[in-house]
Amino acid sequence: MGKGSIVAGVLAPHPPHLVYADNPPQNEPRSECGWEVLRWAYERCRASIRALNPDVLLVHSPHWPSFIGHHFLGLPRFQGLSVDPVFPHLFRYRYDVKVDVELSLQIRDRVAAQGQLTSVVENPDFRLDYGSIICLHLINPSWDIPVVLISANQSAFYYSNEVGADVAKIVGNATREAVEASGKRAVLLASSSLSHRHFVHEPEIPEDMSFERIHHHGQYLWDMKVLDMMRKGQCRELLDIMPEFNEMATAETKVGSLNWLLEALGVPDYPAEVHGYGTVIGTGNAVVEWTASKPRGAQ
Amino acid sequence: MNQGLISKAYIVSGMPHSYLTPEASPSFARLSEAYAKIRREIEESDADLILYFSTQWLSILGYMFQADPSPEWLHVDQNWHQLGSIPYKFAIDTAFAQSYAEEVDALGYKTRLINYHGFPIDTGTIVAQKLLNPQNRLPAAIVSCNMYSEKDETTRVGQAAARALQASGKKAIAVLVSNLSNRYLVEAYDPKNNRISSKKDDEWNRKILDLLAKGSLEDVSQCTREFARQANGDQKFKGAWWLNGLLGQSNAFNGQVLAYEPVWGTGAAIVALTPTQPVQAVALEQSQSSEEGSQAALVEELTDFEGRSRPHTTAPVRAERAESKLPAETKLPANTQDAFPDFEINSEKSAEPVGSYPHARRYGDLLFLSGIGPRQPGQKEIPGVTLDADGRIVAYDVRVQTLAVIENIRRVLESAGSSLEKVIDVQAYLTNMKADFKVYNEVYNEAFGKIRPTRTTVEVGALPTPIAVEFKVMARP
Repeated sequence: MGKGSIVAGVLAPHPPHLVYADNPPQNEPRSECGWEVLRWAYERCRASIRALNPDVLLVHSPHWPSFIGHHFLGLPRFQGLSVDPVFPHLFRYRYDVKVDVELSLQIRDRVAAQGQLTSVVENPDFRLDYGSIICLHLINPSWDIPVVLISANQSAFYYSNEVGADVAKIVGNATREAVEASGKRAVLLASSSLSHRHFVHEPEIPEDMSFERIHHHGQYLWDMKVLDMMRKGQCRELLDIMPEFNEMATAETKVGSLNWLLEALGVPDYPAEVHGYGTVIGTGNAVVEWTASKPRGAQ
Repeated sequence: MNQGLISKAYIVSGMPHSYLTPEASPSFARLSEAYAKIRREIEESDADLILYFSTQWLSILGYMFQADPSPEWLHVDQNWHQLGSIPYKFAIDTAFAQSYAEEVDALGYKTRLINYHGFPIDTGTIVAQKLLNPQNRLPAAIVSCNMYSEKDETTRVGQAAARALQASGKKAIAVLVSNLSNRYLVEAYDPKNNRISSKKDDEWNRKILDLLAKGSLEDVSQCTREFARQANGDQKFKGAWWLNGLLGQSNAFNGQVLAYEPVWGTGAAIVALTPTQPVQAVALEQSQSSEEGSQAALVEELTDFEGRSRPHTTAPVRAERAESKLPAETKLPANTQDAFPDFEINSEKSAEPVGSYPHARRYGDLLFLSGIGPRQPGQKEIPGVTLDADGRIVAYDVRVQTLAVIENIRRVLESAGSSLEKVIDVQAYLTNMKADFKVYNEVYNEAFGKIRPTRTTVEVGALPTPIAVEFKVMARP
């Protein structure tokens, strides 16, 4: 078996609005349009990822929050209905997901070997989280690539951002080592927004884009600062300021998905490609791709 | 009969362990027993519905109200999936949901009625329904917990529930589903050896429970922010604000802490609050007034440059502060005045009491057992005693009796989550010191020789039943 590799990493936000606006057959609600700039960003990223011909997609999702350690899927297939608990009027999606159980358990073993608590889902009634479902649909709507889902440990909320970052680093390194040992080509998806303060009202028609803007200017400044660092390959510096970003921008990255991605990628010092940025009900969302094999400065 | 809008209110933990695996830990079992006790109270109540606020159902866009008349699913918790699946089918009071949503809407908050097949009802509400209202005897109403809301807003949403009850002419059982401290253990964990994640969290939980045992809900509400900051209160423990708003912002309750146990490091409690005055609704005009404003509303207003996100913004109006309705000299029930923890323990594995007393009582960090004899549960015969036809003792074996006494003590202690090894004091009563001490002492030494509790042995003229020996024990829980 040849050496496996992480062929790309993607910051892949999961607003259900993007699936809603796309009207895929799996989703029950219907829309007329909406959030095109972000959806086009996903289209570009999707084409880029497809060209890399990955064997597996790995997702770290804030909407599978784990209080105790990290959880992994241990069954080869999960089917069901995912209903967004916050936006049920937008997202009621029937999924049928194939799991790369072998890789899932290899990562689990390596995380456990580092002294972290782990748990494997072997209950077939388990419902996959909508954050994972949404970003997987947006990256691979044909669902023809097996997946590995990793829960997001919540220690940043119970202890501190620094504790959360340390845990994400362990899981990120374990992910990279397991992928390399597997011989597979993997794409990693950090299912996360950037700034994450929502409006608490919405327009009567959810896709009314005249409503859509960032919640406040401070959030926008922080999002641009962070994206600029990604574009310049300053991910080490980004990890350094992440605790402050998490707090100042109420960022969803506090959950650790972006930390996990950057650590698994070996903390990239090459430029990321920002496919697009847009707001969803006030939150800041960017589709960002790190592909080491692409010529630098390709953006 | 209580003539107010609320028959009784409860604070319960929504952790699934007490429902799915009560046998895995004495802590889980005690929570489950406390749940069972309040389930019986609810079954005997005159309420028309059971109203839930769960910190595990988070909303962002204002508030959501379950409005599916019969939601049905096979639920698996995202974290505790290995404990098993929970099938459920609930009966929802959709008319009340509509009425409650209208009241919250009138406050200017976004509302949504939820009637979607497969909508994920949260684990906390499911567990509470399963343990408190398993047969759907009462229709349920369920409102979400807004993750951005602060004290003022959450209190108003609680007040809105009271107005909806008043408008509908219904009386409710109110249930807040929330942990106290919500910091989880990160290391491997033995359920049989539970602990709160830190001493600080434990101390803060006890402060809150002390207040609740006194019925001082308004006081709890006022120190909720500090509690949440210090002990990582479950969703800032904002459910206390909702409950306080619903119950009239007062300290006029009889409080009872039925259980306080650690679950994976978090503080899980079962608390009952009985109104001592009828709970009434606060008028909308009074509810809209605010002394501090909602943080969410404030941020929204400060950043709403085009006035789009909120069609109406009303400047907060200073109102009279809601004062405690409890007169300063009100005497609280003796059992809730100073004590915590303070609750009864009754063991099904030990003989029924012959009077009005429990097998044991936990007070603080000590267990006090009632006098324990050799009688066995559900049996008329007493081990080691031979009676004639008239019930007079014709012979007895003090060895057999002493062994039975110690076995009964062990059963009661284990029902309380303790053990024989945790006994710290024994008072032994013999009816015939001269004849029985030697044998009693041999048996005692075999059981307690290595444990070495303090001991006092006295001769008494008689014991209440035809027995020759009885122990009175104190132990650590």
